Amino acid sequence: MGPSPLACRTTYGTVLSVIVQRTSTPAGLGTIAIEASGLEKSFGKTRALAGLDLAVPAGTILGVLGPNGSGKTTTVRVLTTLLRPDKGTARVAGYDVVTQATQVRRRIGLSGQAAALDESLTGSGNLVMIGQLNRLPRRKAQQRADELLSRFDLADAADRGVKTYSGGMRRRLDLAACLVTSPPVLFLDEPTTGLDPRSRIALWEIIRMLVADGTTVLLTTQYLEEADLLADRIVVIDGGSVIAEGTSDELKTQVGGDRLQVTVVAESDLGVAKSVLAHHAEGEVHVGLDRRCVDASVPAGAAAIPDIAAAMSAAGVVMEDLGMARPSLDDVFLTLTGHSADPVPDPNMTAEPV
Amino acid sequence: MTLTFNPLLATHDESLPSRAWWALLNSFVLARRGVERVVREPSQLLDVTIQPLIFVLLFVYVFGSAIAVPGGGSYHEYLIGGMFGMALVGTAQGTAVGVSTDMATGLTDRFRSLPIARSAVLTGRVVADLLTEVVAIVVLVVTGFAVGWRIHNGLADAFLAFGLCLLIAFAMTWVGACAGTMVKNPEAAAAVGFIFFLPMVFISNTFVPTQGMPHWLQVVANWNPVSAVASACRNLFGNPNPSSDISAWPMQHPELATVAWSIALIAIFAPLAVHLYRRKTLR
Repeated sequence: MGPSPLACRTTYGTVLSVIVQRTSTPAGLGTIAIEASGLEKSFGKTRALAGLDLAVPAGTILGVLGPNGSGKTTTVRVLTTLLRPDKGTARVAGYDVVTQATQVRRRIGLSGQAAALDESLTGSGNLVMIGQLNRLPRRKAQQRADELLSRFDLADAADRGVKTYSGGMRRRLDLAACLVTSPPVLFLDEPTTGLDPRSRIALWEIIRMLVADGTTVLLTTQYLEEADLLADRIVVIDGGSVIAEGTSDELKTQVGGDRLQVTVVAESDLGVAKSVLAHHAEGEVHVGLDRRCVDASVPAGAAAIPDIAAAMSAAGVVMEDLGMARPSLDDVFLTLTGHSADPVPDPNMTAEPV
Repeated sequence: MTLTFNPLLATHDESLPSRAWWALLNSFVLARRGVERVVREPSQLLDVTIQPLIFVLLFVYVFGSAIAVPGGGSYHEYLIGGMFGMALVGTAQGTAVGVSTDMATGLTDRFRSLPIARSAVLTGRVVADLLTEVVAIVVLVVTGFAVGWRIHNGLADAFLAFGLCLLIAFAMTWVGACAGTMVKNPEAAAAVGFIFFLPMVFISNTFVPTQGMPHWLQVVANWNPVSAVASACRNLFGNPNPSSDISAWPMQHPELATVAWSIALIAIFAPLAVHLYRRKTLR
C-alpha cells in the first residue's frame, strides 16, 4: 500500500495500512456511494424527515450539519437500515436500504452517538464478538481485533473492561468496532460529541486517513468547526430536509463574502457602534452573543476600515478590535435558518484547533 | 497482508439452510458474550446466587419457626422446592434488565446494523440467561443440603425436576425479554421485576401453603406457574407437598402443568418478544 497523501505524523499514522484491506473494491471514484431521494419519516405527529435528498460520491466525506432535532440521526438510521422510511428511497453502496438491507449491512459501519459497546467485556472481547458476528473465524477475529487495538492505541487496554475506558478510548474502540470488516461506507453520527479537544483531533485524523484510502464517510455533527475541517461537502439540514449544500467555502460565500467586525471595550458603546457600522454597511448588522461585537457586510471591504475607525472614535466608541472576518459556518447557519446552529455552546469547541 | 476481512462480501443471496446455520452460529456467539460477561463480572450473578441464599436462610430460620406445614413434614424440606420456583423468576428479571440495557446503550443498534439474523440477538441472550438458571440450581442444591433438605426419590426424579425448572426458566426468559423491549430503560426493567415478579413469587405456594389464603387468592396462587414448579419439585424430590390435596388441576398434575405453562409461555412470548424487538427498533 503506497503512502497516503493525507498520512499524518501521529501514532495513528499507520492506521490506514491495516484498516483498509478490502476483499472487493468498492464502487470506484466518481460513483455515488450513498444516495437518498425524497426521504420522509414521521414519528406520530413529528415530521423527522420531510423529503430529504443526498448524494455522496465514493471516497469523500459528507458533513451533515444541523441543530438537535433537525433529522440528522433519523437520516443515519434510515441509511443504515435501522429505520424504514415512510416515503422515498435510499441506496448505499449500490443497494436499496429497504429491499436489500442485508447487502447494505455487509458494506457499512455505524458508529452511533453513544459508544455502542458491551461495558462488561474487554476491548478485545468486543472486537472479537463483532468479528465473529461478521463470520470471521475466531482466530482471524482475534487477529483482526489485535491489529485494530494496536493501531488505535488501545493495545495496553485490550484486556481491560470497557467500563474502565475513558470517553476518548471508548470512541476509538467504537470506531474500531465498525472497521472490523473494512466496510466501504461508514456512518458516523456525532462521533466526537462529548470528547475533549485532544481526543477529538485524534479521531479527526483517523477519519481523514480512512477517506484517503477510499472509504466513503457520512458524518453528522452539530459542530460547525468539525464539518468545516473534515468534510469535502456539507449539507445543512433543518426541519428534516436539506436547506443548503456545498463546500464550506461555497456556503460561506452564499452568506455574502467577508464581513467587517468591530469589538468594543464596553457593552454600553455597542448601540452607538451598531449605528455607525450600519451607516457603512449593506444589509443587517449582526450583534454578537457576548454583546461586545457587531459585524456586517461592508461593500468597500477592507478599504472601509480607516473611515469606520475614524467614525467610531468621532462617535466616542472605544474599540478593542476592528477587522475583516470570513463568515463562520455559524453565520451561514443563522442566515439560512434564522436560528443558531448550536443552542447549547460546547465549551470544548472554543479551544483552538491545531 | 492479504487477509480476507469481509467474508460476507463473497456471498450474495443465501439459501435458507445457510441462513439458518449462520443464525445459529450468531446466536452462539451472542450467548457466549453473555457467559463472558458473567465470568468477567461474577457480581452479575448475585440475583441467582446470594439472593436465593438469603431467602432460604431468612425463611428457614426466621419465618420457618412460625410456619407449620399442613399434613406434617419439615418446613426446611418444603421451602427448597419453592426456592426452585422462585429462581426462574429471578432469571426472567435478569433478561429484562439485560435486554433493556443493550437497547439503552445503543449496542442493539450496532447488532442490528450487522448482517445477522434478527432473532439471534434475543436467542443469544435467552440462552445465556438460561445458563444462570443452571448456576441457581447448583447454588440451591448446595444451600438446601446445608439446611437439612434431602432428595428422597432418587436422582432420576431429581434431574427431572431440574429439567422442568430449566424448561420453565427458558419460557420465563422470553417473558423477561418482552418486558425488556417494552420498557424505556434498565431502571424501569428492574422496577417491572419488582412490581410483577415479586408478587408472582409470593402469591404462590413458594413460601407458605396456599390453604390459609382467602379463597380468591387461593385460585390465583394455585394456577400460578411458580406454584406448579414448586409442587412438581416437591413431588419429585419426595418433600412434603400439602398442595397435592388441592383439587385445582395444576396442583393435581404439577409436572404436566409446568410443561403446559412452559409451552404456552414460549408460544406467546417468544414470537411476541421478537416482534416487539423488531418494531421497537424499527419504530
